[in-house]
Formats: sequence, C-alpha cells, structure tokens
Amino acid sequence: MPGKTISEKILSRASHSDARAGDLVICDVDVAMGTDGSVPMALDYFDQMDGRRVFDPARLVFVFDHYAADPMAATFSLQARAREFATRHGAVLYDCGDGVCHQLMVESGRTRPGGLIVGADSHSVTGGALNAFATGIGSSDLAATMISGRIWLRVPETIQITLTGAAAAGVYAKDIALALARRLGADGAAYQALEFDGPGAGLLEIEDRLVLSNMSVEMGAKAGIFRADAKTERYLASRAGEPFTPIEPDADAVYASRIQLDLAELEPCIAMPHQVDRVVAVGQAAGTPVHMVLVGTCTGGRVCDIHQAARILVAAGRIAPGVHVVIAPASREVETRLRADGTLDRIGAMGATIIPPGCGPCCGTAPPIPARGANVISTANRNFKARMGNATASIYLASPATAAASAVRGRITDPREFAEALT
Amino acid sequence: MTIELDGRAVVLGDDVNTDYIISSSRKKDSLDPGVLRHFLFESVDPLLAASIRPGDLLVAGRNFGCGSAMEVAVTAVLAAGIRAVLARSFARTYYRNAINNGLIPIECDTTGIANGARLQVLIEERGARVVDRTDGRRIDGHPLPAIVLQILDEGGLVPYFRKRHDFTIP
Repeated sequence: MPGKTISEKILSRASHSDARAGDLVICDVDVAMGTDGSVPMALDYFDQMDGRRVFDPARLVFVFDHYAADPMAATFSLQARAREFATRHGAVLYDCGDGVCHQLMVESGRTRPGGLIVGADSHSVTGGALNAFATGIGSSDLAATMISGRIWLRVPETIQITLTGAAAAGVYAKDIALALARRLGADGAAYQALEFDGPGAGLLEIEDRLVLSNMSVEMGAKAGIFRADAKTERYLASRAGEPFTPIEPDADAVYASRIQLDLAELEPCIAMPHQVDRVVAVGQAAGTPVHMVLVGTCTGGRVCDIHQAARILVAAGRIAPGVHVVIAPASREVETRLRADGTLDRIGAMGATIIPPGCGPCCGTAPPIPARGANVISTANRNFKARMGNATASIYLASPATAAASAVRGRITDPREFAEALT
Repeated sequence: MTIELDGRAVVLGDDVNTDYIISSSRKKDSLDPGVLRHFLFESVDPLLAASIRPGDLLVAGRNFGCGSAMEVAVTAVLAAGIRAVLARSFARTYYRNAINNGLIPIECDTTGIANGARLQVLIEERGARVVDRTDGRRIDGHPLPAIVLQILDEGGLVPYFRKRHDFTIP
C-alpha cells in the first residue's frame, strides 16, 4: 500500500481505521468549537436532537466574537442563552473581548499537532498551521458533535504545496496566500486538503503559517496543514497542556496534485473587489483612493501584523486626511502585548481607532461599518460585496504593510515605497 | 429512497457565497428562516427574493455556498420553498448543512439551463437525474454517499440523531 498524507494519518487515528482519500469515516473529535454566530442555532439543534449532556465539556469551546464589540438587545440574548448553556454544562467559554475564536484556539494550546478540531466557523482551518486537521462545520454538525463527540468526514485528497525560496522585503504571508488564491482559484481546492511543505514553509513563522492555513478555505480547502517543527514545538511549549504527536506525511504519500511556489518571485499582492481570487500585484491597483483601512481579524490581527502596519505608519508619521484606520487585535493577549510595547498608544495618537478584539468589522456584525461607496483596504480574508455590512463599499484585501502604506498616502500604495520600515 | 421534484429554475452564477445568499449582518436580528427568506440574495439582486415561488429550484455554477459556514444560508432557502439546489460544485460546509436540513444538493453540469426552465428531478440511490423539460435534455448528477442518502432519507440530521444519538456508516 502507498503511504499517507498528513490528513489521511490524522483521520486514520481519529477514526481508528485505515483511512484513505475518498473513504467515509466516523471520527472522534479532539476539540469542538462554536461562536456566538453559530452556537445559538446549534443549541436549537441540540434540543431538537434530544441532547442531554455534552460529550466532554473540557473539549467544547464557545467564543463570543461575532457580536463582541457591541452586543445589541437581540445579540445579547443570543449570547445570554449560550452563556447559560456553557455554565450549566461546564463548557469552556471565552466572552466578549477575549478574542477571535481561531486565535484563541491556537493561543490556548487546544490546537495541537495531530489533533482533529472541528469549529462552527469556516476559518477553523486556521489550526492547520499547528499540524492539526482543523475544519469548519455548520451549527447542526456542531450539535451532533456536542452530543456524540464524533463527526463523519470524507477523507480528502491532498494538494501538496511546496514553498521554496524566501520572500523579499515587503512581501508577507498574506501576499503568499493571495498569490496562491490567484493560482488555485476560489474553488481550486474544493473537497481537498492543502499540505504546505518545502524549505519555504520551514522559514515561515507560526504567525505566518496561520495566515496561509486561514486562507485555505478561500480556495475551497477542507484543511490547510503544515508539518510540525522546532518552531511549532517552541510556540506550544508554554501553551499546550497535554503532550502531542506531530504527524508527518509518508515519503510515498499519494497527492491529487502538486504545486510549487517560489516565494522569492512574489510581489506584494492585492485582491480586487469582490472576489478573493481576483488578485493583482499592488502596483496594478496603485492610486485607487482609500477611505477605510482595517488591520485585524483572524487573518491579519496578530502581533506581527500590527507591528508591520505600525512600523510604516510611525515611519511616515501621519495617516492621510479622510482615511479611517481601524485596528482590531485578534485577542486580548495580542492587545496586551501591543499595549505593553507602546504600539497601540503610538498609532492611537496618530488617529487610528483601536477596537476590542472581535470579528465585527470583518463580517458586518458590529461597527465600524464602511461608509456608502467607500473603498476599504483590509487584512481580512474575504471581500465579498456587502461583507462588511455595506453593499456599496468596495473591499480590497492585502497585507498589513500594504494596508498601512495605503493609509499613509490615502490611496493604494506598494509598501516597498517605505523601504526603511520594512523587515 | 426516491424523491421526485418538478420546478422552475432560478439561475445564479459561479461563486455564490453564503453572504450573498443571506447577509451575515441579518442574522443578528433574527434566526427565523421565515423572516430571513425575505432577504435572500438582497446584496446581489434586491428583487430576487420576492420573485421566488415555492417549488422553485436554484441552479448555480461552481462553488455554490462558498464563504461562511452559517446555516441560515440553508434554512432561509428552505423557508422560501426551495427543496433542491443544482450546482456544478458546492462548498463543503454548504453541502453538509444542506443535507443536514433536508435541502438536496445536486452536483451536476448545470451549463445551459435557462432561467425559468422547467426541471424534473429524480433523486435515487445511484444519483440524481435531471430532465430539462424546456429542451428535453437529460443531465446526470453525481451519486450521493450512502450516509448522505440515509440522513436525507430520514429527513435531516435532527431525526437521524434523535433515533441514533451517534453516526453510523451504513
């Protein structure tokens, strides 16, 4: 028999069977997660399914992030019901302001190499950066998993993405993800898993790998997985409460296809409205006026992202008049570190609005909502029309550096114009 | 299991994401599918929701239901009286959510199906068969996995799980 991919190995362990691409398997889930966006419906399904207790409260995580910054009467009621359920059943609860679910799943050490994580939010694939098979589900599947601790999955075929070379100054993980979206298209990895490999993958920091895994779902992927290495071990050393077993692919694993991406050849990229795979070099969009800049979300709201943006803003010493810069740290831990090192004070003093950790502005579930006809440059993962709550706004996706350079000039700008502020 | 449907095609394009199906900002006001169905496709075509009639079939291109995993993008479609979606491919979370709620996802070559065409759909164990009654053309859909047929046959994941409290591969 030929060897196995990382996905096949993790799903074999989780299903106690010899799982191969194309098989349907029933898996034991290591951790299940839901948000205030998905848990309320899951609780309806849970009741309708005659759910009595949850499979393991310590492995069920609720995060209130979608309506975190500004709960209104209706959303507050949704959260109140989920909060009451978590308290009664002993589930883990992260409340408003703690952070975005995907960041918390990683920061808290719950996402570990070799694990099977299901999350009722499509960007649950983020956990693949830590060598977990992490995938998104809906509320009904979450309810069934809450009861049984299990889920049925079709074992995906895998696309091997070999990253070579090192990115030049001004080119970041987000640019790699966008370049890959351009290459694969919005459904190029549908029903399949991505496996990131090669010397270029080893050079990426954990925060960078999280961006690529997070964006995998924008190509339709079921999971986007990296190998675990010394960086993974270091990241988890102070976080993971339990031991873990990293999973490597076999040398003779079978891949559906293979793609090579030379990071040294990449330029800063930008996704044009309203499609994630409508990607061009930033230069081709340069000059377009920008009215709002969002640096944050589960894609681009980590410490290195906000540092990346801050270096350019501080070096330029100004934000262009008429540009509303919104900074949304991905979690309380991120926010605390950026307060401690003075970053938030420095860019706050320049006029940037710092908002509490949460998903609101990315998916239009909480303010700030872009103005009519506004051009927004965002470090998020989606630019669908109306995504941020206003169908007349145009959303461009780019790295935090490109977002910051554009905030400084008031129009879309290649971050390499701020060479002294790049790393 | 055999399901027969006869309906009018409402034709959509490629990459119809769940935010286009129903805006995520709508679900903070209500999760009631009866309310949400009035806002279906509002950001791409504000008049479309009012024109959908019970029994209509959604016909799309590639990657239907991409984006968010939010389940109201399925329940609001069902509330509009739509029983099946025909698409060249589905985002996997939409596909799962559809099955779990009894909305039938039919993966088939939808090229050339005209808006308003009268479609006859027969879903059987070996796959779906679609007849475009406008021009008599027959289209074969991909077969559905056994566990999917079983969940659909029992009316969705709720009745399936009430009975078993677990998953079993048939």
